Amino acid sequence: MARAVTQKRKIINTVAAWGIGLLIFFPILWTILTSFKTEAQAISDPPIFLAFDWTLENYGVVLERSNYMRFLWNSVIIAGGSTILGIIIAVPAAWSMAFVPSRRTKDILLWMLSTKMLPAVGVLYPIYLIFIKLGILDSRIGLVIVLMLMNLPIIVWMLYTYFREIPGEILEAARMDGASLKNEILYVLTPMAIPGIASTLLLNFILAWNEAFWTLNLTAAKAAPLTAFIASYSSPEGLFFAKLSAASTMAIAPILILGWFSQKQLVSGLTFGAVK
Amino acid sequence: MSFRKSLYAATAVTLVTASGAFAENLTIATVNNGDMIRMQGLTQDFTDKTGHTVEWVTLEENVLRQRVTTDIAAKGGSFDIMTIGMYETPIWAANGWLVPLDDLSEEYDADDILPAMAGGLSYEGTLYAAPFYGESSMIMYRTDLMEKAGLEMPKAPTWEFIREAAAAMTDRANDINGICLRGKAGWGEGGAFITAMSNSFGARWFDEDWNAQFDTQPWADTLNFYVDMMSESGPAGYATNGFNENLSLFQQGKCGMWIDATVAASFVTNPNDSTVADSVGFALAPDTGLGKRSNWLWAWALAIPAGTQKEAAAKEFLEWATSKSYIELVAENEGWANVPPGARTSLYENPNYQSVPFAQMTLDSILSADPKNPTVDPVPYVGIQFAAIPEFAGIATEVSQEFSAVYAGQQTVEEALAKAQALTNDAMEAAGYR
Repeated sequence: MARAVTQKRKIINTVAAWGIGLLIFFPILWTILTSFKTEAQAISDPPIFLAFDWTLENYGVVLERSNYMRFLWNSVIIAGGSTILGIIIAVPAAWSMAFVPSRRTKDILLWMLSTKMLPAVGVLYPIYLIFIKLGILDSRIGLVIVLMLMNLPIIVWMLYTYFREIPGEILEAARMDGASLKNEILYVLTPMAIPGIASTLLLNFILAWNEAFWTLNLTAAKAAPLTAFIASYSSPEGLFFAKLSAASTMAIAPILILGWFSQKQLVSGLTFGAVK
Repeated sequence: MSFRKSLYAATAVTLVTASGAFAENLTIATVNNGDMIRMQGLTQDFTDKTGHTVEWVTLEENVLRQRVTTDIAAKGGSFDIMTIGMYETPIWAANGWLVPLDDLSEEYDADDILPAMAGGLSYEGTLYAAPFYGESSMIMYRTDLMEKAGLEMPKAPTWEFIREAAAAMTDRANDINGICLRGKAGWGEGGAFITAMSNSFGARWFDEDWNAQFDTQPWADTLNFYVDMMSESGPAGYATNGFNENLSLFQQGKCGMWIDATVAASFVTNPNDSTVADSVGFALAPDTGLGKRSNWLWAWALAIPAGTQKEAAAKEFLEWATSKSYIELVAENEGWANVPPGARTSLYENPNYQSVPFAQMTLDSILSADPKNPTVDPVPYVGIQFAAIPEFAGIATEVSQEFSAVYAGQQTVEEALAKAQALTNDAMEAAGYR
């Protein structure tokens, strides 16, 4: 009897999980499907799900009109650069907060998080002026710095949470064996926190890849990433949904593929220490 | 012989170096619409003629507006040419942010620019932005449904006729709405439509002392008429419909009439996208007999930000893109129906263009709009669907949100007008107008 109930619950859970998963994925699926429709089919009412004449025309138009590879390369550099720089700064910061906490550590953590509560547009103008002064407007280095700073609180918080799960005695033992601080972080802490660091890296990369406020406002022709590529196909005066969907699909494809292949690490990192 | 070869080589090097020294790379910010995209495809012609190259930054209209405003206000210098509208031009020109276009070449023929467009893009009599294309608004209607209803659309109908026709064309059982109009919040969306409509009812945003006028009868008449007509004959959820939503409804045969930008004519008559392409008629935007019609006037224009290091090359581009020869280039490559409309008088004198079905109605609509004298009673501002003051965009967005709440049934017309009156006067007082 107990076995039957467990089995039933399993089925319900599985169905519910698939249902929620599909619900979350549906907008992306719809975007991908729309990218293969004509503009007329894209707006048809009732909407057509699969029974339409599949066409690659929208991709052809987008590739002809835009230099996709330049946008892609900018995205890779900006998302990758800000992620790596963020991790380099966040690992020592999270280490000190997790293993050498002071009376104010929690306050500092909360203060860091509170910076995320400020609407980005509130600091657009000052940052724009700083960028002009420094000559880094419309540059990849400028965006690497800004996106790193924007995501740093989240990286520090995530790493802090992972590091707190690692017994301090292991680091103490390393210290007693003569490990320097650098070696302690690099050769003892980091290997143990690999799942956490990997998931933080991935999450930060995804956040930086999808960031659309700063990347649109601080770039023009040279450093514009894929978010600007998508924005160039959006129009309030004209129905170009199929082309917009093709551009969106091309923009999310790399990150979707990356997420698909690294989902195991992402899930294990995000659930690290969740169940004791 | 060897000396001659050396001389040739030296001359060639000098020429290449000289042309390289004058060739510039221009960065141009623009909007994503059919005409602008077409221009991007033809840029090679400009490069071939001048040696200058062009990099495009194409953005959605609202993003573009925010992006270029930030850049020009902060003197960022990200762009050598910006695509701006009639709203921004006089304000930015007054701030000294734009290069005056008072030295355009004779071949360019600046006098050929339609007077309404030149007026809206000038400040104190000087042109500051060259119109790339212009538009007004007009009625697009289904000739088959109008015939079925036993009515005939006049060339210049009144609002009363439109309301009657809308009711007669409405067929809810077959999902046909007599009329589709913008209701979406936003100063450039539903706000633009209701402001242009209010002009024909004798309403205005401000009196000559910058006092808000939402507590006057013409505004109550405008809003009540709109709400009643849309309740009788409009589509469900019209409070969230903008240009694209109505375009989609019209193209699918779900609207009897649609009053919107003249640029929509090319979309609804395109058989590739529209199911009703062969049964669309056009008429002037309606009035109430007070002397002002409810059509607006808008232009997307090219302007050069003051302080650009590439002013000469930017002017060359501007002249190329808004010239008569550019129109001929588009016609040659894409046909006369696809040339940028509404900017030059000569286009409407061209017999090739006169055969385009919506050409004359577009011109008539543009010519009937007067941004310097937009309302029945005098006003202190320029602009038909907007008042060209920096504060307008913020105020009108809030006012249009109040109006959209009426369309959605969340408040009454009286409540919305009272809120609009209060918030507008507060904002104008804070800005020092009152």
